[in-house]
Amino acid sequence: MTLWLVIIGTCAGCYLLKLAGLSAPRRLLDHPLVRRFAMTVPVALLAALIAVQTASDGGQELVFDPARVGGVAAAAIALLLRAPFLVVLAAAAATAAGLRLLGL
Amino acid sequence: MPRNFVQDRAGTTPLASVDVTTSTASLPPPVRDGLGMGTAVGLSGTAFGAAAVTAGLSVPQACVLSLLAFTGASQFALVGVVAGGGGLAAGAAGALLLGARNTLYGLRMADLLHWRGPRRLLVAHGIIDETAAGALAQPTAAWARTSFVTVFTSLYLTWNLTTLVGALATERIGDTDAFGLDAMSAAVFLALVAARLRDNRRERLVAVLAAAIALAAVPFAPPGVPVLLAAAAALIVPSGGPAGSPGDDEGGDGGAPGSDGGDADPGRGEVRA
Repeated sequence: MTLWLVIIGTCAGCYLLKLAGLSAPRRLLDHPLVRRFAMTVPVALLAALIAVQTASDGGQELVFDPARVGGVAAAAIALLLRAPFLVVLAAAAATAAGLRLLGL
Repeated sequence: MPRNFVQDRAGTTPLASVDVTTSTASLPPPVRDGLGMGTAVGLSGTAFGAAAVTAGLSVPQACVLSLLAFTGASQFALVGVVAGGGGLAAGAAGALLLGARNTLYGLRMADLLHWRGPRRLLVAHGIIDETAAGALAQPTAAWARTSFVTVFTSLYLTWNLTTLVGALATERIGDTDAFGLDAMSAAVFLALVAARLRDNRRERLVAVLAAAIALAAVPFAPPGVPVLLAAAAALIVPSGGPAGSPGDDEGGDGGAPGSDGGDADPGRGEVRA
């Protein structure tokens, strides 16, 4: 039940955040600090998510899972080769699954 | 973000490297590009559906998130925290902080798309990474609007359909790690930031710092919080300052004072917000 409330709350919040941008006064974005933070924060958050998802089990312990790290590395290589989005995802999943099949 | 689909190919056909274009070659460019990006990204809803059910959400809960939150990174962040047994408040906070960038896209889209009145309420729901990237990459306002509608529609339909498929399949399969879906979830984020990391030295620095902050915080902070703390990296790294050497492509050096992270550089078709 609590989970449902959090989900509904998150949905409402996400929608209002989108709407706020469409409706906000333009001068808000002109503040240099707001602007600098806003432009860069997605990169910071996403990089942090990548690191945490790769090197932890989602709990409070850092873990090294060779299959998962291998999968993410495969995705990185695919991106360096400018592979299409789906190829990148397939490379990650196939590598991780393959390494697990090999017992890693 | 698969922004490389729609940029960096001046003089050539955008999306030339994407297989879905073959059957849609006669469509106008914003429609063709939009369908390609929307469908390709939308398919990763499978990974979300799988991740959500693995984390302990029910199939309806996964579907409600995709229908109503409809912003991938936030959705992944929420279920990621739930999966780790983290506090729900931290999960929601992480999701909202990630969703906050849509506010900034919205500011841009308001200028670009000029949709007013009740229609704005629907348009707002579609403001995410991919629709913003697609719209900002177009040369005219009309194409921007076409791109927005195309990406929104194709991505919304695909994302929700594949969320359902992924959630249902996972409910039956059980252990999704065997299929490498845990690595795929990180790969989604990696693909989203790849274009920015390739082009921008300062953002590479921010990314490395953010990853380090998050990892250092993992043993000490409840799940979800390390990612929030990492947002500080966006403030710590100076823009076009000492870190911005002459090779820095941020455009700050010798440029207008307001040019750091300002308007999208039309030469690169980059979305900066």
